[in-house]
Amino acid sequence: MISLSGIQKVFGAVQALSGVDLQIHAGECLGLVGHNGAGKSTLMNILAGTLEASEGSLTIAGNGLGKGYLVQEAGRLGVRCVFQELSLCPNLTVAENTRIIHPVLKGFGWRTRAGLLIMKQLDQVFPGHGVSASDVIGDLSISKRQMVEIARAFTVTDTDIRLVILDEPTSSLDSRVADQLLKYVNQVTGQGVSVILISHLLGEILQVSDRIAVMKDGRVVACRNAADFDRISLVEAMGSTVVAGAAPRRGEETNATIGEERIHMRPSGQPDDQSIRAQAGEVVGFAGLAGQGQTEALLSVFDGHGVLPSGARDEGCCFIAGDRQVDGVLPLWSIRKNIGISSLRRMRSGMLIQSERELELAEAWKERIGIRAPDVEAPILSLSGGNQQKVLFARALGSAADIVLMDDPMRGVDVGTKNEVYTIIRQEASQGRTFLWYTTEMEELDYCDRVYVFRDGIVSETLTGSDITEENVLQASFKQVSGAA
Amino acid sequence: MNGLRFFASARFWRGALPALSLTFVLVGVFWLQPRAMSYFGLNLLFNLAVPIALATIAQMFVIAVNDLDLSIGSFVSLVACIGATWLRDTPLLGIAALLGCVAVYAALGALIYIRQLPSIVVTLGMSFVWSGCAVLLLPTPGGSAPDWIRTLVSYKPSYVPMPLLAAVALGLVVHFGLMRTSWGVLMRGVGGNEKAITRAGWSVLKLKMVMYALTAVFGILAGLTLVGLATSADANIALRYTLLSIAGVILGGGEFVGGRISPVGAVLGAMTLTLTASFLSFLRISPDWQIGAQGAVLIIVLALRAIVNRLEARR
Repeated sequence: MISLSGIQKVFGAVQALSGVDLQIHAGECLGLVGHNGAGKSTLMNILAGTLEASEGSLTIAGNGLGKGYLVQEAGRLGVRCVFQELSLCPNLTVAENTRIIHPVLKGFGWRTRAGLLIMKQLDQVFPGHGVSASDVIGDLSISKRQMVEIARAFTVTDTDIRLVILDEPTSSLDSRVADQLLKYVNQVTGQGVSVILISHLLGEILQVSDRIAVMKDGRVVACRNAADFDRISLVEAMGSTVVAGAAPRRGEETNATIGEERIHMRPSGQPDDQSIRAQAGEVVGFAGLAGQGQTEALLSVFDGHGVLPSGARDEGCCFIAGDRQVDGVLPLWSIRKNIGISSLRRMRSGMLIQSERELELAEAWKERIGIRAPDVEAPILSLSGGNQQKVLFARALGSAADIVLMDDPMRGVDVGTKNEVYTIIRQEASQGRTFLWYTTEMEELDYCDRVYVFRDGIVSETLTGSDITEENVLQASFKQVSGAA
Repeated sequence: MNGLRFFASARFWRGALPALSLTFVLVGVFWLQPRAMSYFGLNLLFNLAVPIALATIAQMFVIAVNDLDLSIGSFVSLVACIGATWLRDTPLLGIAALLGCVAVYAALGALIYIRQLPSIVVTLGMSFVWSGCAVLLLPTPGGSAPDWIRTLVSYKPSYVPMPLLAAVALGLVVHFGLMRTSWGVLMRGVGGNEKAITRAGWSVLKLKMVMYALTAVFGILAGLTLVGLATSADANIALRYTLLSIAGVILGGGEFVGGRISPVGAVLGAMTLTLTASFLSFLRISPDWQIGAQGAVLIIVLALRAIVNRLEARR
């Protein structure tokens, strides 16, 4: 029996978990569902000891654990976690990776013992797996790696396992292997081991879970017996009941400015006749769960696929990265240079850059987008995260590009900044720019004229106008892709 | 059937490449100078390969955790200077100094991990510190190696020359320690996926400190062997070891990132590089071309490896 009460987790200004209460009984399979950013992974990291809770308490088998609950402690108490991104060392063999989570596998003959242990477990969970203990992980296919990691989590040496957390375990398994896993989950829960199953495939959750907990905005909003849920009620529980905020609805006056078609693209592998279209003056949203092909679609537009008229790509597209530290900010440069970099062609005279023109551009956008900085010559790293993101917007909007691609640019940005930027996006759109906007936040879809919901790299649903509701987006995000796996 | 497939596999060829390149250069040397094919000849050919092989193994420990040590050459020089002065005159002070060096290396590992500093920058800085200490200790070339080291390195067993025995022993011992023991797995795991090691509850800090300390230990062995062979020391005696050791690790099948290393390959790589120099002198080509030739060997072997990898990817 494991119980969490009042668990909170804060990352900087972002409240990832705001008071989670949850009980996990011995020998049950608890399904955990929720949209992106609902806090599922954060909660599981706290349970596995890889993150420390900011507030709240955790009780495992009568041991009260507050702060200072770490991985070693979790291992001792028999809590194992299969993380979404794999935790195997690609340069080591299957047996060696097993040794990593079992400190007792050492001394003479450890290699043989580790090999036998993991092979026995693999045979039990995934009969016919085709993996051998001496295979190097890096040489295995992604689904075999996932099988090894899952089997590894169930191996037992000196301490019994009490709880195994499976975070999206079937994401790279084919349906036959996924069934093997679900069968095995049923089997071990019968032996008293608890399992937490996180999955975006609601069918899976409904099939194996005894109870289902639904998370939303860092809280558990519903937790009932699985029999009380069906697909529709689950999706409803994940959505918000109250429509908060008043986004400027798409009005008639914006439609008037919509002009020629700028983008017409079909994602590769799209089975039906849906395709991504965008006209001048439109804000087009890409929605769906994270990592379902939205960024890839943006990048392919950036590479010129589907841009009309073809060949109009030069200076025609600009990209606003979501991960600004990696893809956006030039950390050693001033605000001015960071803004000017996309418009250098216009500011050239001969071979040199006219710094007055760059300064002019930077000053104008600092004013317009409201970058809170004393001076555009200040280094960009002196700004807060939200203001750095504004600089990236200024860079894109200050360029001559007609098409602006946005890759979830508002991650980790405060509400005030967001609202300022939303206003500017609508203004720029009404002047004829086209925006393709991948976002994981529901409210942002209210600013879009049309929304494409992605699932498995293709468009699963096109929503327009008043059809753009949280419920419709959720339904399309969780659409069962039958037989396509 | 299974065995046959293994011999056709890319992994086999990647592993065999260091041995093949050494054989190739060795055959070239024997062809030019058949008299080298003797106990005495082999001794001469491979004598200086031993300290280089030790330095290469030292470098390999750092590369195994995705770092790079640009100070190993000046560190080996400093050790040689300590060996030719303090270790002979005041052995206790000498031993204390060498132990201090190990502690400094472990501390560097901790600093690089905790502050997330690029190892290249830290070790490049340290290379000047080591060089400075060496110059202070031995301003002009000189000193002399302790007799016990000299006796040790000039030991002549019957039938098989000492350098070959030393190389085989070195390769096997490090292979066993790093590739076969349960602790070696953790150390290589740090290079493969640091996060996975942390999540399994191990301290990456400690593991990195151990790896850096091991680098120092093998660097010390390299410096002492070198001073034994050369009988006297000089503050710049081993500066070229830095690049030679990196080249040796890579030539031996190691990679800069990902914890993919091969101790046996690294020893073979170091021997290949040393032999290339002799090969050139047998060809009567001026030693000025040595570094260029070593570079050429490196390029050829890496090109072959790239071809093997590409063949594998196509399959």
